[in-house]
Amino acid sequence: MLWHATKRTGFYLLVIGIVFISIFPFYYAIITSFKSGTALFEINYWPTSFSLANYTQVLTTGSFPRNLANSLLIASVVVAISLLLAVTASFALSRVRFGGRSLLLFTILAVSMFPQIAVLSGLFELVRFFGIFNTPFALIFSYMIFTLPFTVWILTTFMRDLPIEIEEAAIVDGASPWVIITKVFLPLMWPALVTTGLLAFIAAWNEFLFALTFTSSNNTRTVPVAIALLSGNTQYEIPWGNIMAASVIVTVPLVVLVLIFQRKIISGLTAGGVKG
Amino acid sequence: MAGLLLRGIKKSYGTVKVLHGIDLDIKSGEFIVFVGPSGCGKSTLLRLIAGLEDITGGTLQIDGQVVNQLAPSKRGIAMVFQSYALYPHMTVYDNMAFGMKLAKGHDASEIDKRVRGAADILQITPYLDRLPKQLSGGQRQRVAIGRAIVRDPKVFLFDEPLSNLDAALRVQTRIEINKLHERMAGVTMIYVTHDQVEAMTLADRIVVLNAGRVEQVGAPMELYHRPDNLFVARFLGSPSMNTIPCTIVSGSPDASVQPDGCNKIAVAAVIPASAAGKRGTFGVRPEDLVLTEGSDAIFHGTIDIVEQLGEVTLIYVDVGTSEPIVAKIENEAVVAKGQKVSLTTEKRHLHVFDENGVAFPRS
Repeated sequence: MLWHATKRTGFYLLVIGIVFISIFPFYYAIITSFKSGTALFEINYWPTSFSLANYTQVLTTGSFPRNLANSLLIASVVVAISLLLAVTASFALSRVRFGGRSLLLFTILAVSMFPQIAVLSGLFELVRFFGIFNTPFALIFSYMIFTLPFTVWILTTFMRDLPIEIEEAAIVDGASPWVIITKVFLPLMWPALVTTGLLAFIAAWNEFLFALTFTSSNNTRTVPVAIALLSGNTQYEIPWGNIMAASVIVTVPLVVLVLIFQRKIISGLTAGGVKG
Repeated sequence: MAGLLLRGIKKSYGTVKVLHGIDLDIKSGEFIVFVGPSGCGKSTLLRLIAGLEDITGGTLQIDGQVVNQLAPSKRGIAMVFQSYALYPHMTVYDNMAFGMKLAKGHDASEIDKRVRGAADILQITPYLDRLPKQLSGGQRQRVAIGRAIVRDPKVFLFDEPLSNLDAALRVQTRIEINKLHERMAGVTMIYVTHDQVEAMTLADRIVVLNAGRVEQVGAPMELYHRPDNLFVARFLGSPSMNTIPCTIVSGSPDASVQPDGCNKIAVAAVIPASAAGKRGTFGVRPEDLVLTEGSDAIFHGTIDIVEQLGEVTLIYVDVGTSEPIVAKIENEAVVAKGQKVSLTTEKRHLHVFDENGVAFPRS
């Protein structure tokens, strides 16, 4: 009995510890964002004052709203294009027999193995060559490098697990590959699409290095770069309050997205179509 | 309406040959059952007919037209899959209407009429608005059959449609498929199964396949009574035929054989005199054997095992051969393990096969 209670206590202590470590940085950012003046430089673990000054300042001065819009646009387009390409590619990779299929799959995976810094200079040349430097296209283009490998891989694995008979039934019914993808597979793939789409969105939303390199003006920057480059009145002043407020603001869309889509992530959508 | 003509149909996956040249004439409106052990190529043959796999060699004609290169949807076929293969996200109605909607040229009222007509036949009208996951296995299989009916096919293909159902439902659905065949006269049906009861009860003609070749084609009772060879003889019938290696003693008209470990037995098979002295196989079905007290006994031995099945009793009798002889006897017979018994049968029930397993014709 005592041993049982000890185990339970230990388990919940561990849970509390993990939760604390995970959310403490974000918690600290939130309470800091509500402070103002010299309170910023006092260490307090509980909210002591409440002021929205940092928020109004970040949203009204500088190009932060514009940066937010840039990020939203770029991340959304990246998700849309990635999913379109990944769904069609994964259909071929999982359902069409052709030579070199697994080699191709591993090549796709290999692309994501290179560290960003390794491809940066080459990519920069490409961006210049296409004349898209300092435009959203440069970022959309370069973000595909890391979103496509994992979207293709996840969707390929998922599609491979869809029962082949359903596809064959559709073939007998006269469905073309495009109809099979859009009318039969896509409705079954919602959970995978939502998951990969969210991951791609988060990756594009948070990306820093490419965004820093391929943009040069305040109006084309995305949020992570804008936050890093927020500056105070003098070069010796770091506006912690503004930075924290901006950080909280950029986290909100992600939280909202996850909350919206978590209801869509329904497992076992294929139940009933085939046996088992 | 639509007959099928298979000429030298071959299929190989890389270097692995699965079908070695299948020739088959299927008449319009016939119910054909492909039966055989796992891996014999029966499902592959069905998938070649459906167009889900490419034909490696030979020609396939449906309704007088070569269809080797034709897409499945253009062949006038409909297929019912073992695993039902319903579209999980569509209602029963949409599942059944999907093919017609894709085919274009059908207006909504026509589709509605066909779907409701098929639902009516299969008594699934109350479930039209449900999703597949809200149906039981038997209902799902009926929806799958309904989806095939809606396509108004010339050829109906069934790929082991009952093997996922429990025993009671299997019998019920089997009867429904039989009724469906009667109702849809003129529609050719091809049915793949490994269950010989389904084969015997449903088929107009059975095609027995083994290792990618056709062993025999014929009406169920013809195959049962006059198997062409040892494989067919052993495959049909449960328990399978007792077969004993034997030496052919003399040819017709007084043909007789000597099974190893037994006495000489006179048989009715037409055996040429030249076969005398050669090796062969002697066979007799368990259900043809009866207990006897008289001098006509062909086997004498001790009962090893008794299996009571309710309507019949199986006895395994050690008669000196390497395998015990199985006899299916009436349940009233009082037998016990260890008892000495004699078994007999009429001459016409005895089968003799030559050294290659080919049956000698029976007079």
